[in-house]
Amino acid sequence: MAKKTDKKISSWDFSPSPEGISHIELKDKYDLFIDGKWVKPSSGKYFESINPSNEEKISSVAHANQADVDKAVKAARKAYNGVWGKMSGKERGKYIYRIARMMQEKARELAVIETLDGGKPIRESRDIDIPLACNHFFYYAGWADKLDYAFPNRKVESLGVAGQIIPWNFPLLMAAWKIAPALAAGNTVVLKPAESTSLTALKLAEIIEESGLPAGVVNIVTGFGDTGAAIVNHPDVDKVAFTGSTDVGKIIQKAISGTDKKATLELGGKSANIILEDAPIDQAVEGIVNGIFFNQGHVCCAGSRLFVQESVADVVVKKLKQRLDSLYVGNPLDKNTDIGAINSKEQLQTIKKYIKIGQEEGAEMYQSPCSIPTKGYFCPPTLFTNVAQSSVIVQQEIFGPVLTIQTFRTVDEVIQKANNTPFGLAAGVWTDKGSRIFNLTTKLRAGVVWANTYNKFDPTSPFGGYKESGFGREGGLHGLEAYVKLS
Amino acid sequence: MAAFLLSFSYLFLSLILLKKPMNKLKPFSSDFDPLRHESPSVDKVGVEERVARIQTRSIKNESKIQGLKLVLNMIDLTTLEGKDTPGKVKQMCYKAMHLLDAHPGLPATAAVCVYPSMVGIAKAAVKGSDVKIASVSTAFPSGQAPLNVKLDDTRFAVENGADEIDMVISRGKFLSGEYQFVFDEIAAIKEACGKARLKVILETGELVTLDNVRKASDIAIHAGADFIKTSTGKIQPAATMQVTYTMLMAIKDHYDRTGVMIGMKPAGGISTAKAALHYLVMVKETLGDAWLSNEWFRFGASSLANDVLMQIIKMETGVYQSSDYFSID
Repeated sequence: MAKKTDKKISSWDFSPSPEGISHIELKDKYDLFIDGKWVKPSSGKYFESINPSNEEKISSVAHANQADVDKAVKAARKAYNGVWGKMSGKERGKYIYRIARMMQEKARELAVIETLDGGKPIRESRDIDIPLACNHFFYYAGWADKLDYAFPNRKVESLGVAGQIIPWNFPLLMAAWKIAPALAAGNTVVLKPAESTSLTALKLAEIIEESGLPAGVVNIVTGFGDTGAAIVNHPDVDKVAFTGSTDVGKIIQKAISGTDKKATLELGGKSANIILEDAPIDQAVEGIVNGIFFNQGHVCCAGSRLFVQESVADVVVKKLKQRLDSLYVGNPLDKNTDIGAINSKEQLQTIKKYIKIGQEEGAEMYQSPCSIPTKGYFCPPTLFTNVAQSSVIVQQEIFGPVLTIQTFRTVDEVIQKANNTPFGLAAGVWTDKGSRIFNLTTKLRAGVVWANTYNKFDPTSPFGGYKESGFGREGGLHGLEAYVKLS
Repeated sequence: MAAFLLSFSYLFLSLILLKKPMNKLKPFSSDFDPLRHESPSVDKVGVEERVARIQTRSIKNESKIQGLKLVLNMIDLTTLEGKDTPGKVKQMCYKAMHLLDAHPGLPATAAVCVYPSMVGIAKAAVKGSDVKIASVSTAFPSGQAPLNVKLDDTRFAVENGADEIDMVISRGKFLSGEYQFVFDEIAAIKEACGKARLKVILETGELVTLDNVRKASDIAIHAGADFIKTSTGKIQPAATMQVTYTMLMAIKDHYDRTGVMIGMKPAGGISTAKAALHYLVMVKETLGDAWLSNEWFRFGASSLANDVLMQIIKMETGVYQSSDYFSID
């Protein structure tokens, strides 16, 4: 046997490897993109977009009010009646393909801006967000001239004007999820990005402008909740698509009740990630990390409730802590950063509030001993053990890098506990046994169930929730169906 | 009466079943025995994903130079050919000690790796340097010989001055489930090694699945391996990141159980500096910095050194030189 030794022979650290930012083009001030033109907000008001990793201002963005939204909806209606609604699917497809290709050409620039504006690691925006956003356009471009085959023996009609409101966690990707199927089906769009992450949507507006898409087919209005409310309440909007918090989702549902507006709501989650005792443990640990620490935990389907079978709980928690210690937290632009900045000051405060609640509830906390930058909004990856279904941090969505860990004894018990939540967006199951996978996946009430993996997305696959996680599906054929009238 | 017998035999049966628990916790508890307990299962897709992520690490500037020098110092410069001669071996030994004399400050390789018949020649050639002599043995590369031949092969190499023995396991026996045979053979060779460190070659290209690789790693470590090694270099695929990752996790679990460090040697197929740096990142992120020295990590390679040298010169001068500026012993 080799002798026992703890002597550290050498240490080898990665030198900083920041992605360059000299190639990006950002304006100091962004106006609203309405009817194919850049127009000033009627209120004359602008707000600042902040880089959450250093708290510096990146750009100013127009704040659209009701009058601006009205202008955008009118432009969308005009474009729908005049051009887009009548255009053949084949021609629409050409435009969407062109947008997809142009996004690909500018992928590096988009990735850097996404990271600057939102705080996510460049590794993720470069390898996941931007390629996936492009793929959504490519995928739905393909459907544009095949709607009759998508829904055989049905008459397929577009809806009209879609009002779309997207969150700050995957800014460009969410824009793609919303815009691509709407355009493919022949609708026109008024889209509002989140106030803290408007920039890539505005870059997309520039791409759309350059692509020659007819004026008014896509309108981008930036602003806060009042801007979103103006879209939802506008009488000439035929369809509301919203991704965001459950609270706002409930307000939207109230607002549109009694109207004939169609809606899809993709809301919060508190998804269960379940590790059975026969799981491939090391890969499951990776899956736990990808499940909760991907995008700093700002993921609606984050695997934030971990369930580990009691017989392997100790070893899973031990390995998880070791893995946490090897994650790099810091400058999101560094290519080696695993966990970037929290999106905004407000969100950091929310996360800290929940961490405090967890400690007060008597849960045991573990945070990786990583050094975090003094400036900017950062939160070390955090684990809580010794929690129960009744703990607040287990029940409520934290939307940050905070994982709660519960143990269970039997499969029936974990199914009950996993379903015992007002949410139902996603779930993960880790086991070596195929029969167990099928048993669990049919009984878990969640829109997406991953087996032996987590947080995998594909344009061809539908995504959406049960219960308070919303209704309607995005992605795949199901996502297309949300933008058509079938008869 | 019949009911009594039935319940009695039922009790007896359940006692037998209870006697052989396949506790999933075992691989992680101190009384783990790979001959009696299952090894942890390995998910291939998950391993591929993890490895892909390791390969996106960006190694630049100072850390790249430091890493490349580390790589040079971890190489077992290898010649294992039927046509090996004393002349060839001596020249390779000189190269191991003088990687690029025009560029002072570079380390020597960790070892030279040769057949037993060449151990004496190599030992004399590296005299006075830190370069170790590694010898393959146990009827390398197939291992298809009786144990006494394998033991003689090993003793011959050790007596001629080998510091390290690279043995092959009996893959045929492993694949037919004769784990005890494989274990006993390794233990016997370990004993024959004396003070020489034992590297156990699993020949992962013949084991095929990662579950097999994990099982063989556990058996080798348990039977007394100081190092576990992927391949002979004679079978394709040789070393891959996936296989090495699986073996590193076996080493990690053993260390977590016992506090005993085991070394790792991927061999065959690693010929570029970039690939070698990915391996270092993988070691760092699984086992930690403590394994980043040639005491615990080696590359079995013949052509890797020159690519690393070329990259070092590129880093320092800004230009690539032609391969003719790097000797090919």
